Amino acid sequence: MNEITWQGYLREDGRKGVRNYVLVIYTVECASHVAHEIARGEEDVHVLGFPGCYDNAYAIRLMLALARHPNVGAVLAVGLGCEYTQPARIAEIVRQSGRHAEWFYIQESGGTRSSIEKGKAQVRQLRTETRTQTPRVPMTLKDLTVGAECGGSDGTSGLAGNPVVGAFFNLLVDHGGRAIFEEIVEMIGLRDVLRQRAATPAAERDLLVAYDKTVRHCQSVRQYSVSPGNFAGGLTTIEEKSMGAFVKGGQRPIQGVIRVAQQPPGPGLWLLDSVPDNHFMQFGYTNPNDTEGIMDLISAGSQIVLFITGRGSVIGSPIAPLIKVTGNAATFERMKDDMDFNAGRILTGELSIEKAGLELRDLVVSIAAGAPSRPEALGHREYFIMYKHQDTPSLQEGCRA
Amino acid sequence: MKRSFKIHNSDNVATLIEDANAEPVRVLGATQETVISLIENVPLGHKVALSSIEPGGLVIKYGIPIGVATRGIHPGEWVHLHNCHSQVDERSSTLDIETGAATDTVYE
Repeated sequence: MNEITWQGYLREDGRKGVRNYVLVIYTVECASHVAHEIARGEEDVHVLGFPGCYDNAYAIRLMLALARHPNVGAVLAVGLGCEYTQPARIAEIVRQSGRHAEWFYIQESGGTRSSIEKGKAQVRQLRTETRTQTPRVPMTLKDLTVGAECGGSDGTSGLAGNPVVGAFFNLLVDHGGRAIFEEIVEMIGLRDVLRQRAATPAAERDLLVAYDKTVRHCQSVRQYSVSPGNFAGGLTTIEEKSMGAFVKGGQRPIQGVIRVAQQPPGPGLWLLDSVPDNHFMQFGYTNPNDTEGIMDLISAGSQIVLFITGRGSVIGSPIAPLIKVTGNAATFERMKDDMDFNAGRILTGELSIEKAGLELRDLVVSIAAGAPSRPEALGHREYFIMYKHQDTPSLQEGCRA
Repeated sequence: MKRSFKIHNSDNVATLIEDANAEPVRVLGATQETVISLIENVPLGHKVALSSIEPGGLVIKYGIPIGVATRGIHPGEWVHLHNCHSQVDERSSTLDIETGAATDTVYE
């Protein structure tokens, strides 16, 4: 069989994007209105930002990873002028990555109206530059990093939605691509399963460290990630819920653990740890909402993210197209405009899990080639960047391991 | 006939895809299709035992233990909080069997 190929966008670091966006980043909540007005009505211009006035190392790492994402061609950073986070530094680092970048302070640009005018002129210029200067190159599945997240889960998620994404992840990994899943809080009870799935002794050590940290986190907040609604819906234990979430990772060996804003150092299946590390302020929370997890997956370089929802969520994401998979055929019918893929067909015996995985691969390829996903077509670009603490990855980890 | 779904070959429970009463239901999924006779009502999303499980025996779904039987469970019986508890979350066996609501929280 011939390899499936499509045209992508080549970045200077060798990574390839499936979109070519201009990203507007605001560095404090006070600049968010101007940033959104700059992007309003502009094709291929997305927005994200950090609300805090006091800066946070984790949030800066996250924004810099998103600013240099393979789907991003150029960046405009907008600040108010008195916050800690520095738009000039963001623009400088983006330029070092071979992308065009601009920045300004609203206080130095005459206020709201003139800042919007100035910003619009800048994003138009940046868009023209990245459109005309970015080389187009063929891409295959091995150039893809795909993330998976579930939310608004129901009894079908563990039976149909997540297993189909797992089947696609198997295909992606077998073709040399990178697959990332997260939500370690929903892996409680699976210590032995994680250990068996580790690709190497180093991966096993990292998986168990991340697992034990998560257990401590759950014990300290005295809550596992399972709710009365889950029990009423038929889930009996956290182990059962965990395994239902875990199957979205497929069946291939886990190569190791990455943290937020860290790229997988090689091909294969990776687990993303978004749980806060110890800090004297007990910074941050794990998985405060679905959008936060999706941002984390994009920060690790996912050009596309799969979102599995049984009950039916309507979120989307900036930078990387979000593809909605539901295992609930009734949800698919009821929310047709929002849902990309009906995995509920495997429960009626209409389709095998393997065939559904192949169908999902074809959908991923068509969206990578430029077809809009449902959330993209509807204009959904929810984002969420919060204060948190994670230890900076040590030099012994990642690509130097 | 109503349907249930068995995910992994080694599972000793299947999940109901629709609400069922004490009646025979189809078992689709991992293995060749069979029929299990429910001995009580089992709602959508809930589990039915496909074989006898001894007290202290493991309840297997997705091919892994999802909990321990707190008493003997017959084939066709509903498997939930009243006869299965978590090996991790000590709170699980204190929850209300119908609603899943916590019973150990003090309201005063």
